[in-house]
Amino acid sequence: MTPAGSLLVADELRKTYGPTVALDGAEFSIHPGEVVAVMGPSGSGKSTLLHCLAGIVTPDSGSITYNGREMATMNDAERSALRRSEFGFVFQFGQLVPELTCVENVALPLRLNGTSRKEAEKAALGWMERLEVDDLRKKRPGEVSGGQGQRVAVARSLVTNPRVLFADEPTGALDSLNGERVMDLLTEAARSTNAAVVLVTHEARVAAYSDREIVVRDGKSRDMERVV
Amino acid sequence: MSIGHTLLGLLESGPRHGYDLKRAFDEKFGHDRPLHYGQVYSTMSRLLKNGLVEVDGIEPGGGPERKRYAITDAGITDVQRWLATPEKPEPYLQSTLYTKVVLALLTHRNAGDILDNQRAEHLRMMRILTDRKRKGDLADQLICDHALFHLEADLRWLELTAARLDKLAEVVVK
Amino acid sequence: MSLRQWWRDLAMGVRFAFAGGREGWVRALLTAVGVGLGVALLLLTTALPSALAVRHERGDARADINYGQEKKKADDTLLSGNASTTFRDTDIRGRDLEPEGPKAPLPPGVAKFPAVGEMVVSPALKKLLESEDGKLLRERLSNRIAGTIAESGLIGSQELAFYRGAEGLAAQDINGAGISRIDKYGNPNPTESDSDPVLVLLVLVVFVVLLMPVAVFITAAARFGGERRDRRLAALRLVGADGRSTRRIAAGEALAGSVLGLVLGTGFFLIGREVAGSVEVFGQSVFPSYLNPSPLLALLVAVAVPAAAVLVTLLALRGVVIEPLGVVRTAKPARRRLWWRLLLPLAGLGMLYPMVGQGRDGGDFNQYLVSGGVILLLVGVTALLPWIVEAVVARLGAGAVSWQLAVRRLQLSSGTAARMVNGIAVAVAGAIALQMLFAGTSSDYTKDTGYDISRAQMQVTVPKGKALAATAKELAATKGVRQVYAFDEGYVNDGSGEDASWARVTVADCTSLREVAKLPSCRDGDVFVSHVAPAAGEGDTDRQNADDESNVTARPGQKLYFDTSEAAEKQTSVAWTVPKAVKQAESIADPTGYRRGGILLTPGAFPAQAAAGVRGEIYVRVDDSLPDARDYVRNTAARINPYEEPMTWVSTESNDRYSSIRTGLFVGAVCVLALIGASLLVSQLEQLRERRRLLSALVAFGTRRRTLSLSVLWQTAIPVGLGLLLASGVGLTLGVVLLKMTDTSVRVDWSSVLSMTGVGAGVVLVVTVLSLPPLLRLMRPDGLRTE
Repeated sequence: MTPAGSLLVADELRKTYGPTVALDGAEFSIHPGEVVAVMGPSGSGKSTLLHCLAGIVTPDSGSITYNGREMATMNDAERSALRRSEFGFVFQFGQLVPELTCVENVALPLRLNGTSRKEAEKAALGWMERLEVDDLRKKRPGEVSGGQGQRVAVARSLVTNPRVLFADEPTGALDSLNGERVMDLLTEAARSTNAAVVLVTHEARVAAYSDREIVVRDGKSRDMERVV
Repeated sequence: MSIGHTLLGLLESGPRHGYDLKRAFDEKFGHDRPLHYGQVYSTMSRLLKNGLVEVDGIEPGGGPERKRYAITDAGITDVQRWLATPEKPEPYLQSTLYTKVVLALLTHRNAGDILDNQRAEHLRMMRILTDRKRKGDLADQLICDHALFHLEADLRWLELTAARLDKLAEVVVK
Repeated sequence: MSLRQWWRDLAMGVRFAFAGGREGWVRALLTAVGVGLGVALLLLTTALPSALAVRHERGDARADINYGQEKKKADDTLLSGNASTTFRDTDIRGRDLEPEGPKAPLPPGVAKFPAVGEMVVSPALKKLLESEDGKLLRERLSNRIAGTIAESGLIGSQELAFYRGAEGLAAQDINGAGISRIDKYGNPNPTESDSDPVLVLLVLVVFVVLLMPVAVFITAAARFGGERRDRRLAALRLVGADGRSTRRIAAGEALAGSVLGLVLGTGFFLIGREVAGSVEVFGQSVFPSYLNPSPLLALLVAVAVPAAAVLVTLLALRGVVIEPLGVVRTAKPARRRLWWRLLLPLAGLGMLYPMVGQGRDGGDFNQYLVSGGVILLLVGVTALLPWIVEAVVARLGAGAVSWQLAVRRLQLSSGTAARMVNGIAVAVAGAIALQMLFAGTSSDYTKDTGYDISRAQMQVTVPKGKALAATAKELAATKGVRQVYAFDEGYVNDGSGEDASWARVTVADCTSLREVAKLPSCRDGDVFVSHVAPAAGEGDTDRQNADDESNVTARPGQKLYFDTSEAAEKQTSVAWTVPKAVKQAESIADPTGYRRGGILLTPGAFPAQAAAGVRGEIYVRVDDSLPDARDYVRNTAARINPYEEPMTWVSTESNDRYSSIRTGLFVGAVCVLALIGASLLVSQLEQLRERRRLLSALVAFGTRRRTLSLSVLWQTAIPVGLGLLLASGVGLTLGVVLLKMTDTSVRVDWSSVLSMTGVGAGVVLVVTVLSLPPLLRLMRPDGLRTE
């Protein structure tokens, strides 16, 4: 079933939180440079799917293979390292450290990887320029608008040149115009670095930025390319 | 909306008289615009000509409404093809989509697939529009946005309908 | 605004204080326990003066001294002999009672005079005597126990005391050997409690030092759950409460916690009072009934604590505008200014300065100036710390990620951090200062006594009328005694009346004499003149007999006289002639450390008629490998003469009550620090919960747990470290000032600085360790879920 050349493949994922079944045999695959939208009603398990794919949550059963490596065989530290170096993350909100300035926030993933402060902040500034928020470098997240903050977050997710970018409702807290701008910049940047993007959203107009769509309902996934 | 496909679909559950067909259509789909007998007659004769229906029997009294029609295998295939083909995403699609969903339920087909299929088609259209918008000038952007918002509304309707399929089935199949 | 509305708002606040499920309860309880501990300490403090006064009164009421007034025997007189003794290291107050008539006064707390051979004892002594431990003492106090002394006759629950029936006391030397004839108990001129000013100073400072952090803690406790409460109030604004009424609701919440705290505090105090009855602090104990807080002060506590809690809450709300849609902190608080913060400790020093050098004997410290000065200095710590934390944190560069996270966090809210640490800083500063003061004064109180305890450890005075040799023999036969040196000591004069020259006389056998002088040779019957070598050169002139004139009087053939008078009006003397064969001897330091000059006689050379002119002193060397050797000697000595206790020698005399105060202070400071640690932990956890989503996001993009744990550690460690640094500085300064005030040589007690800062650092570690499990739990991805 797995298309050849996939970067990240998940098969038969099952995950329950207590009595709630979040994933019930979900499948997923993505190629390098591909943008895949994960849609579905709230509570359908789409965020859980993203968390499993990113190695934040371990599924109860099923397999996830990243770049030919089975994730279940990695320990927590290895998965953390993977997230630090190979993955990038953008969330709906609450992800910027309020005490750090914007440029420090963007530099954070690099610094977690052990890059020196100067180098990290230089790279961070480069990405902030690409996302048109370099004038915010000295500001703290509390002092910038939602759209700006989200662009800072995108810059941060890209600063490590990740191979997979996980975006969970990246425009959820933004109006249409800001949301579009963020999506434009995000997909453009991802395409330019050939990063795969897993885009969880419930907005069709956001999903329209994708190459392919997966719908999750009641813990089951459905690849919309292969309907009927 | 295709009346012929709709009437065919109605026949799939069993042979009916012309007046039966009209009543069933009006009841399920013709809330604001009931069918004329003339429409039923001309449609049925076209279908007869195309071999999609056949006359099952005639009641005394004459006239097209007295004829009992039954669907042929070719007719069933035609209905199937129609249902499986997504509509071209365009505004004011709902009545056709609704008809398709109800018919699918009536004929015990998978209505969810119809919705998903349509959904994929909508999103494909939206992708094209989004792409055009990104490359185009402001005028293009505004025009595309208009279409996108409409498509999005349709898509939401599709989502909502998908979520309510079970309820709809209860109401329709009784 | 109607009173009803007020009342309704307050009541709603009270309900909120306990609502909110388990978490709400825990928060309310923590606040209450914090306030309660503070209240208990406050109540204890208010009760202490009256307790000390009661003790003093009781002590006066049982005084049996008649201050030199000679009384004749009558039917209302009583003979009271001081039979006080020591068991191991504990003093026992003892009196032998012999009523001389039916109207003789009963001592307080005693229902009936004990018959001869019987005694009444304090409950604590009874317990001791009946225990296995007190067996040895039982030999000394072997009388039948006829009853116990009631509370009114004792000054402490743990006091050891007895009254023993006696007869024939009149035959003893009344007023001379610890026996007095009285017709009533009680001090005819009751004195004001006249305590050592240094001690008063210590007590004052101890209270200030322990109470200040409690005050800081109460204010911190009142802020528990502040942010959550603000959000709750915002929700109330949304449904229509106005700004004032939200403040009243907040006040109600604070009130509820502090009132519960008052109740708990009263409970703690009552428990503490009972416990206080069973403990002994530096040989002093109190009865629970002594610890009655003065009603006025207790009322003050009951009003002041809730009022303070409400006030703090309202002050905290001052910088916050609660809008219906959320909480808005008013624009950045004004920059902290240094000058007034510096003014406080400087003013404190200024108040203490005039008392520098007042000394122990100079007398009095102005209590208001002292406590005012100490309070100002310590308040200065709480005022300076926020400024220092802000100034230092603003300059801290970024290091590792964990460090950067912590520093940036502190830069944004250094005030909160400083507030929490204030309590620790004040406690540590005060404790360091006090430890220094104690260490300084106790080393001052530790004197070289001069006794050479390698040669003898006890000294027994032979009572009048008892023979030296017999007594010495009896002591030598006592278990645990290695050697006795027995001396008869007295003076002789040349008989020329007013202007007579005097010489010291020591009568002892050769073995004993060799302990006091270097003898050329010695046989019984020999006489020596001992010289104090002028080249002794120890500068210790008062240890030499400067008034000894044996160099002029002890010439061979000189007639000298022993004074054997029994009373001043009947002068008698016995004459003695210095023999021709008098030998020269050189004095050496005797076991007491003195170099004695004068005439040394062997028993054979001593005229027996002169026995009344000398007094026996026996130095006893005990076997230190036998644990209770000294008590065996005391038992023997008590048999020989119950009214003259043997002296126990120590090489240095230290005031060990200070060491127990120091221990107590250390324990108190540790408790206060633990209390503050608890509040640190609470606010830490609260903060973590608020950042739950952020933590999850950080984990999502691969932040190591170690990094986040370390940042939590730094976040506590940086302000606490600064606090400890400041506290050490202020503590040492205060310590130096206090030492100067008591005129004591200044020495830095590094061990206490280290131990106090060590405890402070320990608190940081414990708080961090305890906040790790919740931190790790919060770092799970559940926090990422969007509701």
